[in-house]
Amino acid sequence: MTARRKSLLAILLGPGAFWITLFFLIPLVLVVVYSFLERRSGGGVLWSFSLDAYVKLFSPTGDTLINDFMMILLRSLWWAALTSFVCLIIGYPLAFFIALQPPSHRTAYLFFVLIPFWTNFLVRTYAWKFILNNNGLLNNLLQALGMKRIALINTPTAVLIGLVYGSLPFMVLPLYASIEKLDFDLVEAAQDLGANYVRVFSRVILPLTMPGIVAGIVLVFIPVSGQYIVPTILGGGKVAMLGNLLAQQFGPALNWPFGSAIAVVFMALLMVGVIFYLRGDAREEEVGL
Amino acid sequence: MTGQRGGIPGSKLLRWGKRLLWANMFFSFFFLYAPIVILVAFSFNDSRLGARWAGFTLKWYGQMLESEAIRIAVRNSLFVAFVSTAISTVLGTMTAIAMERFRFPFRRTYDGILYLPVIIPDIVMAISLLAFFSLSLGWMNNLFGLQGTSSLRPGLTTVIIAHVAFNISFVAIVVRTSLRELDPDFEEAAQDLGADEWTTFRRIILPLIMPGILGGALLAFTLSLDDFVITFFTTGPGGTTLPIEVFGRIRRSISPEINAISTVMLLASMLLVVVSQFVQRRGSTGV
Amino acid sequence: MSEIYDVELRNVTKKFGDFTAVKEISLGVRKGEFFSLLGPSGCGKTTNLRMIAGFEAPTSGEILLGGQPVSQLPPFKRNVNTVFQNYALFPHLTVAENVAFGLEMKGLAKDEIRRRVADALEMVRLPDSGAKKPHQLSGGQRQRIALARAIVNQPRVLLLDEPLGALDLKLRKAMQLELKELQRQLGITFVFVTHDQEEALVMSDRIGVMNHGKLLQVGTPEEIYDRPANRFVADFIGDTNFLPCRIRECQEEVAWVQVGQSLQVKAACTQTLAQGKEATLAIRPEKIHLHPPGSEGSPGEDVFAGRIVEAVFMGTDTRYVVELEPTIQLVVRFQNVNAAAERFREGENVVVSWQPTSARVLLS
Repeated sequence: MTARRKSLLAILLGPGAFWITLFFLIPLVLVVVYSFLERRSGGGVLWSFSLDAYVKLFSPTGDTLINDFMMILLRSLWWAALTSFVCLIIGYPLAFFIALQPPSHRTAYLFFVLIPFWTNFLVRTYAWKFILNNNGLLNNLLQALGMKRIALINTPTAVLIGLVYGSLPFMVLPLYASIEKLDFDLVEAAQDLGANYVRVFSRVILPLTMPGIVAGIVLVFIPVSGQYIVPTILGGGKVAMLGNLLAQQFGPALNWPFGSAIAVVFMALLMVGVIFYLRGDAREEEVGL
Repeated sequence: MTGQRGGIPGSKLLRWGKRLLWANMFFSFFFLYAPIVILVAFSFNDSRLGARWAGFTLKWYGQMLESEAIRIAVRNSLFVAFVSTAISTVLGTMTAIAMERFRFPFRRTYDGILYLPVIIPDIVMAISLLAFFSLSLGWMNNLFGLQGTSSLRPGLTTVIIAHVAFNISFVAIVVRTSLRELDPDFEEAAQDLGADEWTTFRRIILPLIMPGILGGALLAFTLSLDDFVITFFTTGPGGTTLPIEVFGRIRRSISPEINAISTVMLLASMLLVVVSQFVQRRGSTGV
Repeated sequence: MSEIYDVELRNVTKKFGDFTAVKEISLGVRKGEFFSLLGPSGCGKTTNLRMIAGFEAPTSGEILLGGQPVSQLPPFKRNVNTVFQNYALFPHLTVAENVAFGLEMKGLAKDEIRRRVADALEMVRLPDSGAKKPHQLSGGQRQRIALARAIVNQPRVLLLDEPLGALDLKLRKAMQLELKELQRQLGITFVFVTHDQEEALVMSDRIGVMNHGKLLQVGTPEEIYDRPANRFVADFIGDTNFLPCRIRECQEEVAWVQVGQSLQVKAACTQTLAQGKEATLAIRPEKIHLHPPGSEGSPGEDVFAGRIVEAVFMGTDTRYVVELEPTIQLVVRFQNVNAAAERFREGENVVVSWQPTSARVLLS
């Protein structure tokens, strides 16, 4: 590369790289560092090495092997998986349906899927609080119909509804992108060779749309596992997820090292998942899939 | 799936399958829109208690418009959004060009790093910035001996910095798609005709990727306006944005005023969607 | 010969990682010449063109324009213009703005630019298209605008990268003649890249045949056609019969070779080859004459007896396959000068003959 191009590259890449390094990467590194430091009462850290934070995170309380904090972490991951699954169940047929429509209709359908995607997440979550609240719309409706009230608010169910609601568009869009690329000739070829509808789906359609499924799951799982808004608004103080825990440690509980440790473990688990996925992908390529 | 197929001679399974697809579609859209419709409808409800319909009124909108807190929050939100969008669009576009038109060592690694802000849960980024600003502002205060009211504190500036930090990636992704679709022959033709790199960029590349840049800017703007978690942890006194204001009210009590604010925010978002679709459509036919 | 070429490549090699696209090529294009680089896809001809234009830098070797080394010059500083394969007309500019682009870069006055653009559009016979946008033009029209955009700058050398590839056959043939005429009028040196050997033969003053990154032969169309340097060139250009043979004697430009069991052929060769060496005899189908049995052909010719195994009517001529020995067959293209009743038929015995200079001895 000529000197001219080198300086051009530096000008183009430099400012963005500087910003991301200083205001994104370094803060993350800082969190890792903090997780190995001592807590300072009143907030912040003391600059002395300590494994207290990790000890607190991993040490069992009383009889249970997994303490409350690990519980919250694992529960968040489990709910993220659940949410992804539900979104997939609802979203895949929807994406499939849209792909089957004539091209002119497709744009309209996608537009209507896109709108909730662009609207404020807080607002959309609040809408469910309005509905599920103790004297919210649903309960008022039930009362008017002479039925008993349901206490849905501040329960895991409410949180899950909110999570699915917020994540659905994130699942539908990558799914649609993948399904839309499907060459329908392949479906016909499979049928020609004797595959019934179930087989066509499991052996042709599903594998070929797998990239979309994986993308959708990644786009739902990761944000949901770290959700803060939904468990706060729809779960009150009663249903805590990872997001709440982190916010609490960096907020009222003023235990920054502990919060950092939780964040580090969380990120580590996510990275393990990503690496597993990449490995699986590479192995597929070796086999020639 | 391009084009349409006439349809396979019907089997019962196929017909039920189709019915299921239609049913799921209706359910999905109902699920997606019912809460929104309810929210909007009850913003006109003449009752403090919210969920029981007591008559049509516009008073909540009036209350909202008169609220000083809301006005400040909106002003702050727009300020942060405009400034952070401007910065991140420029930086994101430059990054996109570097990634798509240059080859350099560790390019793949940087590619991965660019995707991190998109992938990472916002709470993690939020707390990391909280820690970072606390530390760095503290250092700078010590260094320059600033105290009290003249000391550096988190506020709209730190929020803007945070928003740019994640929006660079989003803008870069959108602009990169545009660049990838741009035939490299155009740039070579321009250089062949005597245009140097800057002129080629100005006269050929920039006009042709403008729809992408605008799309990226619109995305950055929306993400900035809507952001709650990261803003919450990087702001300070006097740095209230609209989502933060709304969150506070939600925590306190349910009031149709929140419905009114929400409705306005929804309308604003929908307007942005329409504008972005328009920009995309115009971009592809103008070329 | 120390003439100054308009374009000169000296020992140019281009590698992309492990792959060598161009291997030590040296050639010179003379001023005002229509020079074609001919070869199959992937042979490196486009890479050469791009190096001349400045979009790639040679891994080793020198490129000179008008005697000046230019390897370090970026494309916008070279007095060379390119007509791209897909035209690369700027979609957001009008036709006139496209054509004016290079002149704008030179900083010419607006009036001058307007005048020259009008002249260029006139020259490619699209005088009223200035206000249109490229997507409003047909493929053939776009091709001519791409041409106008390049020649309006009066470059020293014009590079054309398979510009006629996207056109349908009839249009293509028309454009071939138009381009040739244009080049003659303008006097600009053309370097033309194509994989179509007929196109190269029709248009070029000289042709450079390439394969696998190597330059195999440079010469006029007649030289390339009548005196191919090796098997690839003979095979790539036109049709050829290839017969394995062995050298019996070879001196100066004449060789005696044995083909098959008993055929002794007098042929032409360009190098002195050792006795007993295995080689290939190449004869073009149209250079072979057919006679009724018993004929002795014309004086000095190689004459052999054979039998017609196949006869396919092709319109202007007939394609015969003649068997001389059980394993030796020749494809013969003989013009249908005589009436149908008098033409040769399958199964007939014939006599074939050709001039010794039409049979060439080649090493692969």
